[in-house]
Amino acid sequence: MSESAASSANRVWRFGDAVNTDDILPGKYAPFMVGEDVFQSYAFAHLRPEFAGEVRPGDVLVGGRNWGLGSSREYAPQALKLLGVGAIVARSFARIHYRNLLNLGIPAFTAPGLVDALDDGDRVRLELDRGRIVRFSDDGAEESLALPPVPDFLQEVLSEGSVLAFFKKHGRFPGEAPQDASG
Amino acid sequence: MTMARPAEAGRWPSTLPNDPGVDLSGLTLAERILSVKAGRRVRAGEVVVVPVDQVMMVDSIAPSALRIVEDELGGVIQHPERVSVVVDHVAPASNVEVATTQKRVRTVAKAKGLRLFDVGRGICHQVLMEEGLARPGWVVVGSDSHSTTYGAVCAFGTGMGATDIALAMVAGRTWFRVPETVRVRLTGQRPPDVSAKDVALEIVHRLTADGATYASIEILGAEAFGPGERITLANLAVEAGAKVGLVAPDEELRRRYQVPSWLTVDDAAEVATTIVIDLTQLGPVLSVPFQVDNVQPVREHLGVHVDQVFVGTCTNGRLEDLHQVARVLQGRRVADGTRLLVIPASSQVLQDALADGTIATLVAAGASIGVPGCGPCMGRHMGVLAPGEVCVSTSNRNFMGRMGSPEARIYLASPAVAAATAAAGVVALPDEGVPA
Repeated sequence: MSESAASSANRVWRFGDAVNTDDILPGKYAPFMVGEDVFQSYAFAHLRPEFAGEVRPGDVLVGGRNWGLGSSREYAPQALKLLGVGAIVARSFARIHYRNLLNLGIPAFTAPGLVDALDDGDRVRLELDRGRIVRFSDDGAEESLALPPVPDFLQEVLSEGSVLAFFKKHGRFPGEAPQDASG
Repeated sequence: MTMARPAEAGRWPSTLPNDPGVDLSGLTLAERILSVKAGRRVRAGEVVVVPVDQVMMVDSIAPSALRIVEDELGGVIQHPERVSVVVDHVAPASNVEVATTQKRVRTVAKAKGLRLFDVGRGICHQVLMEEGLARPGWVVVGSDSHSTTYGAVCAFGTGMGATDIALAMVAGRTWFRVPETVRVRLTGQRPPDVSAKDVALEIVHRLTADGATYASIEILGAEAFGPGERITLANLAVEAGAKVGLVAPDEELRRRYQVPSWLTVDDAAEVATTIVIDLTQLGPVLSVPFQVDNVQPVREHLGVHVDQVFVGTCTNGRLEDLHQVARVLQGRRVADGTRLLVIPASSQVLQDALADGTIATLVAAGASIGVPGCGPCMGRHMGVLAPGEVCVSTSNRNFMGRMGSPEARIYLASPAVAAATAAAGVVALPDEGVPA
């Protein structure tokens, strides 16, 4: 691993427990209020104002317990997607938000061990196809951190990219028997 | 605007079969509803696809959901009569961007034959309850996390994002992981100063903000709680992470709705956890910034200066809530240096509160009355907070920045405590003898 490769790597943004949807995107910055082309620039506007300006495509977000509690607003994870967030690793996820992440095709991993292992500012490379995160140390060494396997149901979804893509292609939901003509 | 009323018998009829068609023995309320809907016996942990009886979307989400329907899914909504659009989150519009979006939503809703509840009709959940668009055993999905509200009448009500809502409209069905059940058993008689809000916050406190993640909260022992109080209980289930919050059907529910005979609590059902809450041990509480499960006795915060008191929202903006406030404020004035904002949850609540003199009492006390809708609950308009301000609110979330500035602080409270606080200008308890 050369120094230049490490410096071009992605970074880890570490957050605490109970990061809620108002933290991820405050309600007053919803796309229908500020415009669909700019709302993502308000991601973490209160909690971490530098985030939207500094995050780079492929960066990894690490959270504690109950990531994404609160609102059903899909535009919160949509903002993260538009900013290019590569994956979210947390101890646990709130239900509606997890479903939204799945629907948008943002990889979300429930992995307490990884949460313990990753620090804010770590230089990493996300390798989803190999099921791992590679971390670079200051001396250029590489460390491989395994991502947990994706459950079958989610694998079926992610194989098409999102629930929406799956439904468009198959005319049914994952795990559902093919529909008859009456729908 | 005309409002739907129950059929002549005074009960909303059921659209569900009385014969479930599948063996439901030993199943929870959530498993029963999803089994009947799926046409097969299903248990917690399974993934099912079920028809949806009602899809609800609000003004902040409808633009995205309708765009997905149009651009990605072919534009055909399977059962337009089962879709409600409610303009409540920023109503009336606060700026040109919002006004333009709402204009587009109205046009599409009309073109597609969706049921539209426009500015001033009220908060989505309250309106659907009033209109009989959530009924016992129904599956209702809404583009708002507090869609657990429909569990007040034992409807499987749950919140979803724009993509799921769009898919539910086009497919007429949606997928669920059948939830485990967390049973909450209320026992003992509620003291007069303990409101449904205090009980709901105690449930969230006991379970914590993620204690019921993915689960169905089954609430037993709520027979002495009125229809509006049950809404408060079910509404806050999501603050413990729950998928649904189902109040067990009882005689009170059967007086108002035709309830399928299979929709009953099975004591033999397998539940993940049971918690027992002895109502006699409860007192008035606050949810202290910045987490809803940070619940503490009001008496520990007496005297904290309060800039704004907000009474309203899907949690506590109903007629009985306004009655509590009027009872405390009767013959009194809101303190200097404190603002009281009261926003009825719906036009029906507003009409009823006008008719019985409640609004006159509130205005005489110095309250500002807002247009029925969500108000400043999520910090968009009609009473957002400045840095350093403190608000006591009857709403449901006290997250940092929720109602405006991230440097403002929100305490969640019952209507009675909110009213006493408005009169005192500091966190206060109602005088003895004023029931919550």
